[in-house]
Amino acid sequence: MRPSIYNILLVGGVVLLAVGQVPASDEKGDYSHCEKFSGYFMKYNVCAKGRYLVDEEAVKFVLEIDNQKYFDKHISVTSLPGKHSKTQIFTMKVKMLCRNPDQYIRETKNDLHKMQRNYDPDLHPLEAPREYKQALNAVKLERVFAKPFLCCLDGHRDGVTCVAKHPERLSTVASGSYNGEVIIWNLASRKEVARIKAHEGSVKGMTFDPSGENLITCGDDKTIKIWNTDSDDCKEHKASSIIVCTNSIFSISHSRDSKTFVTGGEVVQLWDGVKVIPDVTTHWGVDPIHCVQFNPVETSLIGACSSDRSVIIYDTRQATPVRKLTMKMKANKMCWNPMEAFNFTAASEDYNLYSFDCRNLSKPLVMHVGHTSAVIDVDYCPTGNEFVSGSYDKTIRIYESHKTTSREVYHTKRMQRLTCVAYTHDSRYIISGSDEMNLRLWKAIAWQKQGVIKPREKAALEYNNSLKEKFMTHPQIKRIANHRQVPRHIFNAAKEHKIIYQKIKRKEFNRKAHSKPGTVHIKASKLKAIVKEDE
Amino acid sequence: MKAEKRAKKPKGGDKIKKRFVDDSLVDEPKIKMKRRKFQPDRNLETKTLLKFAHAKTSDGMKKSQLSATKKNAEDEEKEAEDKPLLQPPEVESKKLEKYSRGEGIRVRSFKSKTFKRRIANKEKKIQFSAEEAARNEILMTETTGFLESEGYEETSKIRQKQIIKAVDVTSATKHFELNLEFGPYRIDYTRNGRHLLLGGRQGHVAAFDWVSKKLMCEINVMEDVLDLKWLHTENMFATAQKEWVFIYDNEGTEIHCVKQMHKILRLEYLPYHFLLASASETGHLNWLDVSVGKTIAGFQTRMGRLTHMAQNNYNGTIALGHPTGVVTLWSPMVKEPLAKMLCQKTAIMSMAIDPAGKYIASCGMDRNINIWDIRAMKPMQSYRVTGVPTSLSISQRGCLAAGNGDIVQLYKDCITVPAEGPYMTFKCKQWTVRQVQFCPYEDVLGIGAERGFSSILVPGSGEPNFDSYEHNPFRTKAQRKEAEVKALLEKVPAELITLDPLAITEVDIPSLHDKLEAQKKLLYMRPPKIDFNPRRKNKKGGGIQAAKTRQILREEAKKDFIKLIKKNKTDMLVPVGGNKVQQHAEPPSVLDRFKAKPKKKNQIAI
Repeated sequence: MRPSIYNILLVGGVVLLAVGQVPASDEKGDYSHCEKFSGYFMKYNVCAKGRYLVDEEAVKFVLEIDNQKYFDKHISVTSLPGKHSKTQIFTMKVKMLCRNPDQYIRETKNDLHKMQRNYDPDLHPLEAPREYKQALNAVKLERVFAKPFLCCLDGHRDGVTCVAKHPERLSTVASGSYNGEVIIWNLASRKEVARIKAHEGSVKGMTFDPSGENLITCGDDKTIKIWNTDSDDCKEHKASSIIVCTNSIFSISHSRDSKTFVTGGEVVQLWDGVKVIPDVTTHWGVDPIHCVQFNPVETSLIGACSSDRSVIIYDTRQATPVRKLTMKMKANKMCWNPMEAFNFTAASEDYNLYSFDCRNLSKPLVMHVGHTSAVIDVDYCPTGNEFVSGSYDKTIRIYESHKTTSREVYHTKRMQRLTCVAYTHDSRYIISGSDEMNLRLWKAIAWQKQGVIKPREKAALEYNNSLKEKFMTHPQIKRIANHRQVPRHIFNAAKEHKIIYQKIKRKEFNRKAHSKPGTVHIKASKLKAIVKEDE
Repeated sequence: MKAEKRAKKPKGGDKIKKRFVDDSLVDEPKIKMKRRKFQPDRNLETKTLLKFAHAKTSDGMKKSQLSATKKNAEDEEKEAEDKPLLQPPEVESKKLEKYSRGEGIRVRSFKSKTFKRRIANKEKKIQFSAEEAARNEILMTETTGFLESEGYEETSKIRQKQIIKAVDVTSATKHFELNLEFGPYRIDYTRNGRHLLLGGRQGHVAAFDWVSKKLMCEINVMEDVLDLKWLHTENMFATAQKEWVFIYDNEGTEIHCVKQMHKILRLEYLPYHFLLASASETGHLNWLDVSVGKTIAGFQTRMGRLTHMAQNNYNGTIALGHPTGVVTLWSPMVKEPLAKMLCQKTAIMSMAIDPAGKYIASCGMDRNINIWDIRAMKPMQSYRVTGVPTSLSISQRGCLAAGNGDIVQLYKDCITVPAEGPYMTFKCKQWTVRQVQFCPYEDVLGIGAERGFSSILVPGSGEPNFDSYEHNPFRTKAQRKEAEVKALLEKVPAELITLDPLAITEVDIPSLHDKLEAQKKLLYMRPPKIDFNPRRKNKKGGGIQAAKTRQILREEAKKDFIKLIKKNKTDMLVPVGGNKVQQHAEPPSVLDRFKAKPKKKNQIAI
């Protein structure tokens, strides 16, 4: 067996050389088997694998282990100065940090940069303040890019009364006007596809059937007309069928899964496709119905708004209406939540919107405030999380369905009283029709970028969104995110309404404070709007 | 799944520790969903298992045994339901601890179901992000350096020359010595450890890429240079000269002379805040925003001559060492020190804060090096050394360098656990050591000395893996430009320099003291100034009318103000968080005037 050197120690000019198999436990070294060499040495340097070389001053000095030759005899050891009587020779392991630039620098200009990640929190100091600042920047950028208005579709010769979304094509929308014209638009090209002289007098209501082939309109001339939008007939103003009614009709809505559609006028009537006579005729009360809506999920339910300030729920499986809710002010429009089948929102004349659970109408779920004039129309986002409302105060507001205040308010200088609003089926755009003969297209998220978004940009946007969400409660960020510039008339009206509201609250509080305890009960604002619920 | 279990367990300690979340790591739920979907086809598995059982019965197995097998099959099926097929390997708890952001919020402390669910989900995400960050360690390419002796000898006896011989050529070039005449020298490395700045007391200033040894500029400012620091990139640096602070660009052109900073002894640059902090001979502390050139704050510390200064990377505060042995921490927003620590019994001779901002090392006249935990304000270690180190530095991996005379001693793993002896020693050939500084992301220590500069190899001192988005030693010019713009956009406001940098993510709950202070403020409000000029609609006269209108408005405002003050006073009677004090036990009546009036206080005294 070959001897292996365990350690070399030079003490007092004597080289101790440990040879042989030294047990691992003996860390200090067992020098009992040492051969002794005497002499004086300056410095030693260590080389790999049992081969020991001396420094420049005595290079010739070689220890050969393989050949059992421990010292080269050619060296005159005694000739070296003996000052350093106690020198140690080391066997050591060294590793220095050494980076190969090839691993860190890209090869050609066309390559991507090589990026290293180390998520050690120590290397990323001040996480919280930096993220706060990033969130602040993100929310500022959001406001910078908030340009919601996309385009204006002009072509009507009178005010727009209603819009209908095509159930299968995102870009097809029909709009009717006060002069009886219906225009079918292509939103992608922003051009009109067809123009139909549909009714004498104004177009009151419109709806597409589930296949999207037929457009059903009703108008002031007491007729219901069905148009085949794909054929050229409609361009020649030829309706595929005409139903003449005995009473005037103000609203129409098609069921989502069957051929039935419902009309609201002096009575509520259920029609089955091509039949000329209604299947069912029903009503509750004497006042006309100005809005009917089929529930898109629970397709036998119909909601209706009547002029006697009531909202009525019908069920097609039943002969008589189910429920009736009477409010203090008239509900102009109602819209079912497309995801939560039992919830709907009513746009009220008292400037607010009320969300109800149709199983308990006596207590609204949420009162949505913000408009400064009567709310004319409301339409839900297909996700059910949001809805859009158009008001007589010349603004469009977007609400989150469970929140009181609006997320967004849209207005332009030229847009007049809103008559209809619609959320597109991809939940990205909003269509609004107004008094001054125009249809407008808006982005649902004001600051969203249109067109293709590249992965990196998308990742950055997502990162910014989560930061915004995280720091949303910070006063500065909240202030910037919530601030909206509104026209002066809205600003002043809102201020006035606030004063009025405070006055009412103060009065209530004072009345309670100065009355016998228990005699005065303060009603929540949302409950004040409800008069009664009938079953 | 693990997070759920954790959420169910009650946690120790009543205090809910708010935890800071790195959202950059939190967007992985999609991946998780995908992994969840990766479940075995349960029906198939059961079928095969049952088949297996059936085959066994046909071999003559008893019915009871069959039922047992069936049970086993069911159990296994259940397990399969719980566990996804491909599960990522468990992360070591020690590694996880490094990336963990604290204990988290107790789900049980919430009453609402929705909140409970929301918080639990959030906690899950946080846990997941920590795990992923820990798993990322596998992808790191470099490993840390080391120096070990194989025998029983101490590594401190190993000479620099021996190390250089043993290591590779590239590493060996990192050792170099510069013999210069205009010393003593102050030095500064850039944050990515690529560039070096040298400033001789007698006016010699040189900036160069020390890795490639490419000189950027070399000038003589013809004045004393007391300290110098790189600014946000290697394109600019600041020098504290005899009178004022000057800013130069990478070609040595003087860009600015900052006269607000007078007689400066020490400079520090806070990169995330873009603040150049300076400590002066007269005890002034000054913060200059270099991005806009405005002084953010400047005040007299009343602590005498400020000779020792260091910055805390953890929260951006400035630490000053004083002859009383006290170390004070400063923020530009507060004119008093945020904290005072009696780190030494004698005058502080040198001071250093570790790059993570957790520990502070200081040395006093009594030859004691004391290491303190800055966050907990607690002493960690104390070492007695030979000679008084006049300069200290802590590396990224916790290596401590102490320069004393012409000797530099290095200690490894000396902060959390006591070190037995020096790791390395080095004798500087350029006479007395004036400043030592570890080079970030390299195993190198720079020594500024009386007669020049030397760069020595200290294996195992630098962080091996850098984050390119933070500090990149290999960054290109375009990358530098982009990073500069991004850093400017994300400049942290100076107001956020506090002892606890996470304070901004926590709920601001005013203390009783704050509430009382706010109330007091209400009482001593100033009346509003009415500066109103009525619009002159019909341009005629108007002088008298306008004056009248103004008078009316002023009086109205005064009335309102008096009302407000009165209201505030009555509100003051309401104890904080309590109900209104019952002032009148019984309603006042007409006959009250016949009641005995309460006596005045002085009458009682008589």
